[in-house]
Amino acid sequence: MTKFIDLTLNGVSTGAVYAAVALALVLIWRGTRIVNFAQGGMLMITTFVASDVINSSGSYVLGFLVALGCGLVLGAIVERILIRPVESAPPVNAVIVTLGLLILLQAIAGMIWGNSPRGFPAAFSIRGYKVGGTRLLFAPNDTFIVVLVLGVALALALLFRRTDVGLRMRAAAFEPEVARLLGVRVGRTLTLGWALAAVVGSLAGVLVAPSVFVGPNNFDPILIFGFTAAVLGGLDSPLGAVIGGVSLGLALSYVSGYAGSSLVTLAALVILVAVLMVRPNGLFSIAQGRRV
Amino acid sequence: MSARLKQSTLARSLAVVVAGAVVLLIATESLSSYHNLQLSYGAYYFTVLAGLTVLIGLNGQISLGHGGLMAVGAYTVALLVGNEGWALVPALVAAVVTSSLTGVLVGTAATRLRGPYLAGVTLAFAVGLPSLADKYPATFGGDQGLTINPPVPPSWLGSSFPLERWEAWIACAGALVALFVLQNLVRSGVGRSLRAVRDDEIAASLCGLRVARVQTLAFVVSAACAGLGGGMLAAVEQLAAPGAFTLQLSLSLLTGVVLGGLGSLTGAIWGAAVLVLLPGWSNDIAHSFSLSGNVSANLPLGIYGVVLIGSMLLWPSGIQGGVRALGGRLLPRLAPNRPSPAKPPQGGQT
Repeated sequence: MTKFIDLTLNGVSTGAVYAAVALALVLIWRGTRIVNFAQGGMLMITTFVASDVINSSGSYVLGFLVALGCGLVLGAIVERILIRPVESAPPVNAVIVTLGLLILLQAIAGMIWGNSPRGFPAAFSIRGYKVGGTRLLFAPNDTFIVVLVLGVALALALLFRRTDVGLRMRAAAFEPEVARLLGVRVGRTLTLGWALAAVVGSLAGVLVAPSVFVGPNNFDPILIFGFTAAVLGGLDSPLGAVIGGVSLGLALSYVSGYAGSSLVTLAALVILVAVLMVRPNGLFSIAQGRRV
Repeated sequence: MSARLKQSTLARSLAVVVAGAVVLLIATESLSSYHNLQLSYGAYYFTVLAGLTVLIGLNGQISLGHGGLMAVGAYTVALLVGNEGWALVPALVAAVVTSSLTGVLVGTAATRLRGPYLAGVTLAFAVGLPSLADKYPATFGGDQGLTINPPVPPSWLGSSFPLERWEAWIACAGALVALFVLQNLVRSGVGRSLRAVRDDEIAASLCGLRVARVQTLAFVVSAACAGLGGGMLAAVEQLAAPGAFTLQLSLSLLTGVVLGGLGSLTGAIWGAAVLVLLPGWSNDIAHSFSLSGNVSANLPLGIYGVVLIGSMLLWPSGIQGGVRALGGRLLPRLAPNRPSPAKPPQGGQT
């Protein structure tokens, strides 16, 4: 029973990180219909910067904020310079550009910081809570992760539904021509969407860094499972991203605990196929006619 | 005669294959053993890319998981040749069969999925499949993988016939077979139905095409090519191990096929050349400067990333598209009286 509780709590905490990456991917997909494979590289760069800032200033909060700021700038630059030219090209070209950017960012990180991974401090204690004599596999830092990700998801939901900026972003994503006619600066709005997504991504990077360490390739599994979670939940639905992330985290935690960690990637495949066979556009897809 | 040659797809592709075989035969005689090895890499990459270009370019699906299908072919060959003592050719045929069957499974699942959802499933396939080797180490040899003996050149070629040249012959023969089959397939009614489904699924189904079946067929064709390529990889490298079939392999197959030029078999040649030659060239460039360890170790990777981004921004339709545009601009100047190549085909005997 303790094992089950431990696996559940562990699954929620890793799932929250997948959810954050999935949110970043969903934001970009809704805005530009592009799957941003470079997200893994972008959050890796911002986490490296955060690590440098924390090491030299000794302040976790400063490093955290710098990471988010870097994400904002990086996301905007990437959209402006690299993505804008391929937005009208065939979709697979954008895939190649984001893959190329992922590879380039990994190379740059290796050049600046070297290829051997380094540690990253956690915001709070990573010693598990003590309940009735047994120590749980869930620490104050995990609470921090879950609360922060849920808070970001909530804030994004409010932004999209309750603010003018959010309305403009939705309009620019779904009907760019009409939105432009009505005075929305579509290009600028898309840049903002990418910047926001990159902020959410860099948040995920800082949150997961204490457990995976910081290295050029250390965030690849996070990207893969984040993408899986986004597809699972439905790429058009931020709520789906959160639920997809947490359920994937839970499922993989059970598989790894009860059946062995070598089966985790295979389990992700089985879950994804099983869900998509029933709902081809993810759990939270909106019923829609196929576009002709 | 030449008019008939132009009209009969079978005769023309046979001519292309024979010409290719002669050129490759001469090339393997004059190349060093290192370059022959590179030629065999290029040949099995071409085989996989040619199948992938049919799937992505002609049928409009996407796959980030063809490395996994290559693994199916490679393990089939390694198991049959290494454990059962089969000859290489029947083992390669078996590799085509097993990977096609896997392709039926993945392709059937794929018919319900579009765009990023299909990308997600095939990505999970590429990441998940190699872990089977860890799960069943008794059969698949775990992390170490399975080794097989190198193919032996037949005795009538002489005892001093280099192994690398023989491997290059095997790989090029497989590539030419794949080229012959695909060339005919692309120009046949099957190829037309692939394109019809890509361009407009609803119109295609109104014309009586079964969209799901056509899409599965495209997946099976490309899976068969991937299995053949993977089997040849196992034969050339004498090894089938999970480390060879990473996600990076699947992604570089996708980049190779897009860089070369989607939907064109010539583009697959360009793509295979890029995949084989670029790592060596970028390594040479990195070592020609005296840079610090970290920078020179990561420079080849950086060059690869820049090439991917730059080529997509400069030539959105790949190298073959760039070559075609260049040819279209140069040829009229060189031969102003040349008749337009876009003349509609005459009716009559085919």
